Amino acid sequence: MRSKVVEWVVGLFVIAGLASLVVLAFKVSGFSHYSSSDYYPVVAEFDNIGGLKPRAKVSVSGVVIGRVESIILDPRSYQAKATLLLNKRYRIPLDSEASIFTEGILGSNYISIAPGYDANNLSPGSVIEKTHSAMILENLIGQLVYSFKSDKSDETKTDAVKQ
Amino acid sequence: MLGTVRKIGASSIDFAERIGQSTLFFIRSVLQLPDFRHVFSLLAQQIYNVGVLSLVIILLSGLFIGMVVALQGYHTLVQFAAEQQLGQLIALSVVRELGPVVTALLFAGRAGSSLTAELGLMRATEQISAMQMMAVDPISRVVSPRLWAGIISLPILTILFNLIAIYGGFLVGVKWLGVDGGSFWTNMQGSVNFQVDILNGIIKSAVFAVVITWIAVYQGYYSPPNSAGISMSTTKTVVYSSLMILGLDFVLTALMMGGW
Repeated sequence: MRSKVVEWVVGLFVIAGLASLVVLAFKVSGFSHYSSSDYYPVVAEFDNIGGLKPRAKVSVSGVVIGRVESIILDPRSYQAKATLLLNKRYRIPLDSEASIFTEGILGSNYISIAPGYDANNLSPGSVIEKTHSAMILENLIGQLVYSFKSDKSDETKTDAVKQ
Repeated sequence: MLGTVRKIGASSIDFAERIGQSTLFFIRSVLQLPDFRHVFSLLAQQIYNVGVLSLVIILLSGLFIGMVVALQGYHTLVQFAAEQQLGQLIALSVVRELGPVVTALLFAGRAGSSLTAELGLMRATEQISAMQMMAVDPISRVVSPRLWAGIISLPILTILFNLIAIYGGFLVGVKWLGVDGGSFWTNMQGSVNFQVDILNGIIKSAVFAVVITWIAVYQGYYSPPNSAGISMSTTKTVVYSSLMILGLDFVLTALMMGGW
């Protein structure tokens, strides 16, 4: 009879292990497959994505409405082409603007969408035309230093600062 | 001088022989499972010995390790006003590194040593020879179930360790130190990736399981048949497996981080 008890305990042990894996998957990694029925893909092309990564959040007014699915380089325009998955509950006007922001000073990058006024909405596969690149800290500092210098020496003309 | 050269040669040949012997032993043990009628009850008994009886030490250690990581992490992060990131600090360090490695080290001490001592005593009291006399293959009857039980148990123990360590971190971080519970979990979920972090940790622990139980059953099966021999083999099991775990951990991490 001992063998039966042992088998029961081992069965419980294995089941507990599998159950914990499921809990780890859903509770800790937030593992959820985006089924195509709940989300629709939208494409946005940026000049520079900075530190944006796949799975970064996409928000409107700070509310998360989707995730970045993938980021590839467009071979013709040499722009970064980000595919976003947006929740079907939210309809976003066609002329909305997408910008890349940073959470806090040291946080990760995310995409914020500022809704436009068009009567038509983004449909699966459509492209967000107006985009703003990520702020690159080095470029900003470079611009700052450059403008300080030109102020001090009071040079006659400075080149247009390239963004 | 020439004597030294001869000694080096002898120990090299010895070493090569033991590598070959242990490899053949491992292949035979993995393949020669007992026949279908006995395999499940033998395996269940060994998983009970190796896995279920290790649960208490693994779970307690997991709880305390999660708690101490939370405490240490909080006091560092709070200096940068970044204590909201505590959840991801705990989850990533536990799931990637601490879970597989600490569980494997404890498993080597708790289960590996007992496997070696058991098999060594079987060898010393000639139970293994007695089995061969009765035409029972000791490898398929005794060694193979123990090897497979170890390989099955350690990944499960690692998963349980991960879970309880994260819960321990939650207890200290959220319930005691007052980190916001919502940002604790969302930051964790935002940064932990199922395939990259959790699955790779489990792959690591499966590799450790193979290595630990292999060393344990090999050292036990071929241990010198006397009390000094058994104690030496048991020590060797713990020392070799701990070294292998830490060394392999580095190699596996390097492979996984390097876009495997």
